Amino acid sequence: MNWLFRYANPHNFMRLSGAVLPFTAIATAICLAAGLYFSFSVPPDYQQGTTITMLFIHVPADVVAELAYGAIAVCSLLSLVWRHPLSDTAARAAAPFGALFTALGLITGALWGKPMWGTYWVWDARLTSFLLLLFLYLGYMALWNAIEDETRAARAAAILALVSAINLPIIKFSVDWWSTLHQGETIMAGKLAPVYLPPFLLMMAGYTLLFLTLWMIRIRTAIVERRARNLMVSA
Amino acid sequence: MNFDMGAYGAYIWPAYAISALALTGATVWTVTAWRAARKKLAALEQKK
Repeated sequence: MNWLFRYANPHNFMRLSGAVLPFTAIATAICLAAGLYFSFSVPPDYQQGTTITMLFIHVPADVVAELAYGAIAVCSLLSLVWRHPLSDTAARAAAPFGALFTALGLITGALWGKPMWGTYWVWDARLTSFLLLLFLYLGYMALWNAIEDETRAARAAAILALVSAINLPIIKFSVDWWSTLHQGETIMAGKLAPVYLPPFLLMMAGYTLLFLTLWMIRIRTAIVERRARNLMVSA
Repeated sequence: MNFDMGAYGAYIWPAYAISALALTGATVWTVTAWRAARKKLAALEQKK
């Protein structure tokens, strides 16, 4: 674990992230631009027609929303076991973006569901567990803001994140465990027509890189804000 | 490129517009907060 602590040191993180950020920002822009170009260059699906273009924004939002909560859970574990302050900062910084991607997944899913299922919403296992993810994000952020002592807030939020991470496999396997209106595994099962793979993979990479870029900037902001607070206290 | 989404355009374009607005908004918010924090720290360090 020594390597992790070496890079998780705030000073080293600022140095390393400062060097990496320009590349992730440029890669994000390229992936999203190319992904959008290919999204509107594919033929309509034989069953879903032009609504197949929803796939390229809906699935990446969903995956990044779950990835962000997974990242929060891992950071929370590191924080609880090794008490590393940057873990708390990183976990807290990921939450607003995770909530945003979750909301986007729900909205784009509803707009895809209406023409395909005839309804914006149904209380099936996949949709309900994904809505629960949004509430978990909101609860996580509320908990951080509700407790004034930052150390206690971090510990309470970390416990909440770790316990509630059980929702991630529930979301993933909900379509297998229960009968749902939401379609089952498509991409990992190799059921997606190859023509749709380039825009999907590019948008997937773009969304993931955007999250990583914004997350790093947010962590850097939190570190700088902490330095400013310490300066104000010592002045 | 094909922008003719037919009857489904009523669902597809709002989904893309909301996604673009939200992600642009998040980027602007994040960069603005970063710049403000840096400016504040620089001012404090100069005062010191």
